[in-house]
Amino acid sequence: MSFTPHTPEEIREMLATIGVGSIGDLFRPIPQGLRARSFDLPPGMSEFEMLARLQEMAAQNGRVVPFVGGGCYDHGIPAVVDHLAGRAEFYTAYTPYQPECSQGTLQALFEYQTAICRLTGLDASNASLYDGGTALAEAAMMALRVTGRDRVILDGAVNPFHRAIVRTYLGNLPVEIVELPPVNGMLDRQSLAGKLDDRCAAVMVQNPNFFGCVADYGDLAVQVHKCGALLVSAVYAVSLGLLKPPGDMGVDIAVGDGQSLGNHLSFGGPAFGFITAKKQYIRNMPGRIVGETVDREGRRGFVLTLQAREQHIKRHKATSNICSNQSLCALRGLIFLASLGKQGLVELAQLNRDKAEYAKRVLAAVRGVTILSGAPTFNEFTIHLPKPSGEVVASLLQRGIAAGVPLGSYYPGEENSLAVTVTEKRTRGEIDLLARELEGVL
Amino acid sequence: MKLIYEISVNGRRGVRLPASDVPAATPLPGELLRAKPAGLPELSELDVVRHFTQLSRRNIGVDTTFYPLGSCTMKYNPKALEEGARLFLPFHPMTALLPGGEAFAQGTLAIIHHMGELLEEITGMDAVTCQPLAGAHGEMTGIMLIAAYHKAKGNRKKYVIVPDSSHGTNPASAAMVGYQIVTIPTAPYGDMDLEAFKAALNGEVAAVMMTCPNTLGLFNPHIKEICDLAHGVDALVYYDGANLNAILGQLRPGDVGFDVVHVNLHKTFGTPHGSGGPGSGPVGVKKALIPFLPMPHVVRGEDGHLELLNDNPRSIGRMANFFGNFGVTARAYAYTLMLGREGLIDVSEKAVLNANYVMSRLKDLYDLPYDQTCMHECVFSASRQLQHDIHAIDIAKFLIDKGFHPPTVYFPMIVKEAIMIEPTETESKATLDAFIDAMREAAELAERDPAALKRAPVTTPISRLDETKAAREQNVCFA
Repeated sequence: MSFTPHTPEEIREMLATIGVGSIGDLFRPIPQGLRARSFDLPPGMSEFEMLARLQEMAAQNGRVVPFVGGGCYDHGIPAVVDHLAGRAEFYTAYTPYQPECSQGTLQALFEYQTAICRLTGLDASNASLYDGGTALAEAAMMALRVTGRDRVILDGAVNPFHRAIVRTYLGNLPVEIVELPPVNGMLDRQSLAGKLDDRCAAVMVQNPNFFGCVADYGDLAVQVHKCGALLVSAVYAVSLGLLKPPGDMGVDIAVGDGQSLGNHLSFGGPAFGFITAKKQYIRNMPGRIVGETVDREGRRGFVLTLQAREQHIKRHKATSNICSNQSLCALRGLIFLASLGKQGLVELAQLNRDKAEYAKRVLAAVRGVTILSGAPTFNEFTIHLPKPSGEVVASLLQRGIAAGVPLGSYYPGEENSLAVTVTEKRTRGEIDLLARELEGVL
Repeated sequence: MKLIYEISVNGRRGVRLPASDVPAATPLPGELLRAKPAGLPELSELDVVRHFTQLSRRNIGVDTTFYPLGSCTMKYNPKALEEGARLFLPFHPMTALLPGGEAFAQGTLAIIHHMGELLEEITGMDAVTCQPLAGAHGEMTGIMLIAAYHKAKGNRKKYVIVPDSSHGTNPASAAMVGYQIVTIPTAPYGDMDLEAFKAALNGEVAAVMMTCPNTLGLFNPHIKEICDLAHGVDALVYYDGANLNAILGQLRPGDVGFDVVHVNLHKTFGTPHGSGGPGSGPVGVKKALIPFLPMPHVVRGEDGHLELLNDNPRSIGRMANFFGNFGVTARAYAYTLMLGREGLIDVSEKAVLNANYVMSRLKDLYDLPYDQTCMHECVFSASRQLQHDIHAIDIAKFLIDKGFHPPTVYFPMIVKEAIMIEPTETESKATLDAFIDAMREAAELAERDPAALKRAPVTTPISRLDETKAAREQNVCFA
């Protein structure tokens, strides 16, 4: 299969114009001794054969009802999202370096930045990052730059995958990461108090956290600011239909994964990460930012702005190495939010919470199951089982249910705990089935 | 055009949610709730459709327009790739990470694993991770792998060497891993100055990052010597795969001596660029670096099933939430299956043919700072047009009016008024001829009527924008 359009006649004409005898001559700059020693690939195939192959592969994946989150959520996606984001003018364009022929992308990203600011209650957003985990790592680096300090404090109740990314990103830099093991599924505020000093650049929390617990970090922000550090909060975008936004708590930098906003599960990607901050920190933000301006006739238009922060100008002094981000996924997020609208997002968040609270009730009624209490939850919550949750999850997978995320792999001592996620897509019937099947294996 | 917030009407509704089949929950305590709903627009579904359709018409892409944006490989993105990727949309990544969950994800893990094997053969490397989410993310992953290698050997290394023609992401990525950057100038023949490189190379150099062919579109014949010299001081050599399209099937970085490569699936492997992502930047390594690959890493178990390696203490850690931009990997896999061996060789042949054709037909009117056979792209300078006060940007804007996306301008930075043209292999001679005619017209206008170029573009919804005002006012969010 080939997508090159050249006819033999055209190739001859082109070679004559260039003044060489064959295409092979054009590769003469590559010395013979450096030529590929092997290129042992299968022969090509038509799109029909390719699709048949991929269908076979897709059939090798089991279909299970997901009560799992872990930073990726099974929400409904309105048809308009696929259709509009699939417009070729968005789909097959690249970074809007030439603003006059890229106003579609640029205006959409400006609208996206506005939506993220309004969701989070902060006033500066970039045009997207890779994912929630890398956004958290970028936020840590941003806080280190802003404060000039060398330590970040990471709440152990933050998504363990995202914490691993922070450790990896910062691993080669002269900075220290202090991770505070959670107490009863929540930030250990007592230990934290002793660690807030003039080395601390940021305290990083997540709301709702990996256990599902929701908190108001308003008083924490005051405490953190007192030592001159920044408060960074990871948030779950859909939950902000209901929950107090980080900006209203005094959070300085908020990040999150945009997957829940109109991006498919797709085995974990692509989706996008968002980062939003108080405007005073905008020059320390990573990645593309779109700004409003005017053209020669005074008409409103949009451009990539504050590019002096970026790698293509600043090279090794840039605020980040990021270049391509996840624009199309951010566009999906915007279309999702626009089609749901102001009231729709509130209802979506409420529906998620209603389903999860119902699930909590029916699961609590299963013999031997207790619910982690102490904090309210959104659409994820933690239950304790009378036996190791890993075994329970493995048995329930065989029955077509991904029952939750066993916490023992991530938190020593939590071997019997299970984090259960219930989005609006889970029906009462599926929730009841989860409870019945759980009872069956306990 | 109005912003989506400006067409919002109080009380209007779009998409409706399903009715609840469970009782309403007890409300959360007030201090945890938001005071008022977020200021999202209120629109009907048709309002949304019209808005974004109209926005899309203020954009151009490969499907609408020739897009010779140098260094970005804006080739045609076959539609069958979309159909292929769609098959995997329903799969939750967490399933694979549950106890016993790998058995429920053999299909998706096989895509990642087999794509890794194909990339190993294409690049001549020993193992590949598909976790990095873009080219720059691949660079950062690769440099972290190199740092882990040195750390494990007890090597004390401080520097990463990059040529001054490199992409800005190279020094930025190495700096994020804590290295100091040494920049080597370009010699008059268009390659990294070998003598300056030798002078800079010492035992404290961790890595040398090379783009091959380089950003001038030129193949560096000393590339093997550079690898050997670096290895002499136990520095590893990094291959920036941005320009892999030029050498598919012709040369494999692994054969030459490169230790780490990244590949841009959104460039070489035909996946759509999405207005600036999602991309994907798989990283290939030689054997010595395999122990440090990020987790979770897909491996074939003894029983033949695919497994996730999740507890390797020597790994650099984790670079992404889950398994990378899986949907992009799946598209690239579909592309590679369709093209196969012959198709991929055809890619590099036609990409190089097209670039040389454009170069041959324009070098009488534009300065060519490095006049030699190019690979997949060619870099001109508008220096000759400068005497009429015409800059590369003026030519770029004129091309928009002529129905083309402009080439990359002002990069690489080492070429004054650079115009970097990468036609890609999927463009026909007729398209190239039309583009060449427009470029020739621009050169002619520069002499005859430079004001006409300064006015451009005039066919777009807006004219040239005031970038200084944007940077000064920092209006990044609609009030």
